[in-house]
Amino acid sequence: MNDAIRFGRVGRFVGTLTHATELGIEVTDATENALTLRLPYSEKIIGNPESRVIHGGAITTLMDTACGSVVICALPEFELCPTLDLRVDYMRAAEPDEPVYAHAEVYRVTRNIIFTRCEAYQGSRSRTVANCVGTFMRIGPEATPKSYRDLITGESE
Amino acid sequence: MTSPSILHYTQETGDFSRMLDSIPYARTIGLQCDQFGDDLIFRLPRKKENLGNPILPALHGGVIGGFMEVSAAIYLMMSQESLRMPRIVDFSLDYLRAGLDRESYAECHLTRQGNRVANVMVTAWQKSRQQPIATARAHFIMED
Repeated sequence: MNDAIRFGRVGRFVGTLTHATELGIEVTDATENALTLRLPYSEKIIGNPESRVIHGGAITTLMDTACGSVVICALPEFELCPTLDLRVDYMRAAEPDEPVYAHAEVYRVTRNIIFTRCEAYQGSRSRTVANCVGTFMRIGPEATPKSYRDLITGESE
Repeated sequence: MTSPSILHYTQETGDFSRMLDSIPYARTIGLQCDQFGDDLIFRLPRKKENLGNPILPALHGGVIGGFMEVSAAIYLMMSQESLRMPRIVDFSLDYLRAGLDRESYAECHLTRQGNRVANVMVTAWQKSRQQPIATARAHFIMED
């Protein structure tokens, strides 16, 4: 599997997640075991209208989506992996009017579990907004309907 | 987030509409809150835009997290005697069951209130309180 295939799979997967699409989350990069997502700034994710700072909940959604989809970059076949847990540390408030990026990676895959971590940042990677670790359970490709797997893998590949 | 007058109004009347209206993200996911005596029950009505995985269909895990996070912050604001704004430090979330395409509920519990830091537990459920879909723990810094 090459990065173009990974990018295609992850892009189609994120595209099927209604709420991710609703917030405008997009894939910017996908490689082996890693990817980057982008959350555009918008009025609807503001937590505090005075400071116009993004609500932590939207950052959580970005990071949950990043950790959940990076799994695709680490497995040869597409499997839906339910989230077991997510732990987020908020480093600083995100600057208004700027997108937030989430770089996620898979750092360990076992027969049953996939361990991921993710960093949300703005501008350069050094301006960290939040850090996160997420654990996912493997239930096998068969647990996902074939039609959905075909949709994600893109039968034309 | 919430002005002193809105907080005061909410504490006096138990009407959360103004407070929820003042938080754009809470409006986006459709958060509601009801007060029963001293207890607060947060509610997330069914909403198509909150779904993630379309095949189950299931709520986006991030929405469940966001729902629990806003709930914890509002709960904490309401439990303070003076106006103190909570700022989240960390958030730890265990997903126990898939959140289905139906109304969800959450309740919070103040585990520990220190001088500057508060620890809040949140439980979210749908069908039955005895079958939570997620539990979470959050730390907040309280700012005067």
